[in-house]
Amino acid sequence: MDWVTTLGQIMNTTLVFSTALVFAALGGIFSERSGVTNIGIEGLMVFGAFSTGVASHYAEVAGMGAASPYIGILAAIVVGILASLIHAVASITFKADQIISGIVINFLAAGSTLYLVKLIFNGAGETERLKEAFTKYAIPGLSKIPIIGEGLFNNYPTTYIAIIVVFLSYYILFKTPFGLRLRAVGEHPSAADTMGINVKRMRYIGVMISGALAAVGGATVTLTTTSTFAHNTISGQGYIAIAALIFGKWNPIGAFGAAAFFGFSQAIRSYVTLFDWSSHIPSEFIYMVPYVLTIIVLAAAVGRSSAPAALGTAYDPGKR
Amino acid sequence: MSKLSKIFTGNIVVSLVAILFGLIVGAIIMLIGGYDPILAYQSLFEQVFGNKYDFGETLREISPLVLTGLAVAFAFRAGLFNIGGEGQFIIGMTAATFIGIKVTGLPAYIHAPLALIVGAVCGGIWAGIAGYLKAARGVNEVITTIMLNWTALYLGNYIVTNFLMKSGMDKSFDIQDSASISIQSLSSFFNDARIHWGMFLSILAAIFFYYFLWKSKQGFELRAVGHNHNAAEYAGMNVGRNVVKAMFISGAFAGLAGAIQILGVFHYQTIMSGTPGTGFDGIAVALIGMNHPFGILLGGSLFGILTYGSAGMSFGADVPPELIRIVIGSIIFFIAAQGIVRWVLKPFYSKRKKEKVL
Repeated sequence: MDWVTTLGQIMNTTLVFSTALVFAALGGIFSERSGVTNIGIEGLMVFGAFSTGVASHYAEVAGMGAASPYIGILAAIVVGILASLIHAVASITFKADQIISGIVINFLAAGSTLYLVKLIFNGAGETERLKEAFTKYAIPGLSKIPIIGEGLFNNYPTTYIAIIVVFLSYYILFKTPFGLRLRAVGEHPSAADTMGINVKRMRYIGVMISGALAAVGGATVTLTTTSTFAHNTISGQGYIAIAALIFGKWNPIGAFGAAAFFGFSQAIRSYVTLFDWSSHIPSEFIYMVPYVLTIIVLAAAVGRSSAPAALGTAYDPGKR
Repeated sequence: MSKLSKIFTGNIVVSLVAILFGLIVGAIIMLIGGYDPILAYQSLFEQVFGNKYDFGETLREISPLVLTGLAVAFAFRAGLFNIGGEGQFIIGMTAATFIGIKVTGLPAYIHAPLALIVGAVCGGIWAGIAGYLKAARGVNEVITTIMLNWTALYLGNYIVTNFLMKSGMDKSFDIQDSASISIQSLSSFFNDARIHWGMFLSILAAIFFYYFLWKSKQGFELRAVGHNHNAAEYAGMNVGRNVVKAMFISGAFAGLAGAIQILGVFHYQTIMSGTPGTGFDGIAVALIGMNHPFGILLGGSLFGILTYGSAGMSFGADVPPELIRIVIGSIIFFIAAQGIVRWVLKPFYSKRKKEKVL
């Protein structure tokens, strides 16, 4: 086994698996930075994966060819924003408990997407298989570099977009007035209100961005991994994304690192069996690693929690 | 947590209206999809109450939901959110299967209770990990319990694969007859529906929940910690110990739910590719039941009836059974966002008593 190739391949697979998590975790960051816990990320990913599956299929049927995956992503963004509005209305306007209204999103997503799949595809359990899913695109020149050429520069378009969005999110959150306002609303809403920031509007925007990004995360799973949407297309990635954003301390770059770590632990599953020393480790233990490690890291990082101060509480202007 | 405690005390009218609204949302969605909602709901109830077998199976569906609902509610009452019912359920299943298969030569009146107790205790310990990390290290229990769900899934699969597996199958051996909690006489009365002692255990568990929380000193402490942990600490209560205790008891309910599914229903455990979902459903049950044990008995029954009846909907009216998840999701939505329900109810209330509007 040529270790240079293997290393490149592991890196590549890591990025493939982490792309969806990166989008979803970034989505979570925008919502949580504005003070709204979003445990509905899982459901929003389901909505995204589903709407992409349907929209891309119809774009293919309409003869849009290679553009159809992008149509799918656009559909995911629209549906994701609409679905996230349920969470926003319940938790921001009607001051429902944010965790519960997030769970509502998960319930509605699981039910309505499968209901619609059966309705649209005449009782089938999954969407029509896509012919025009994304394929890997090697960046000319850069992809010839050993290890990182294969690892970084021979990947799906969505992966490149994800990496760009990571830095863009960082810039928006920490270098623009909008980002400052969003964070202010999540840290100390009444102070922000005093400064003339519309708390509810900022929170709506935060939740809607999170809906769009999480849905794109779900869309990438359909467009790069499964080529179809079924009940198990999204199974727990949303929760892992939440872990990734907490792991990454509500910072886009940190969350990217954490998502890459989770992606890595998924990627090595298929490589463990290749070596003598590792082939004896039961696969179940390899699967457990990311979850157990998250718990250990969180337990070790006591007292340094950097969650937005007002996270999880509805803003009530009349309250001191 | 103040929002959560408001939901506990929310009046029953809001819950009933929320259920009604949920069913209406389902009906509207069926209409849009071109189905007949009246026929669908009718088929749902026929599926549940139509014959003895299906009614018995509905009872079987309800028991674990009541237990996982109690698990979620118990933690809620102590100010904790146990989203890890899934994991505790799996650990309870696995422990019960292990005892049910590996322990031999015991009479049934010892073997079955032993398997149940070990299942519950193991589920409790699994949740206790999250409680301990919360108490000792300040780690958010929502995250740890989610992580423990997946850990439990793979741990359960590992134990079944390596210690309990029938070779060439993807499931374990059957448990010993002495560990079974099925009730043959009742099962034959219900035309071979899988009736078992777990049904009665879930009712006993609800009664225990009530007495423990409202009639015992320990329960008082737990509720005090749930209401305001600073005040509880100031009053001399050990907050950390109460957090661990609350999580342990909460997990024990979920573990027991897993154990009865193995000992009473399946009698073996399969290799699972995903978590079974009963633990998550417990969150819905707890919310519908307003986190009160007797409300949960009703909420669990409603949930069980809707879930089991959804199969009838697809036979009778051709409606995809997933629709019922939308109905349940909407019910929780309306219970959580009580503002909407109160807003709708407001005209009715203000007509009757003018001076006091909700």
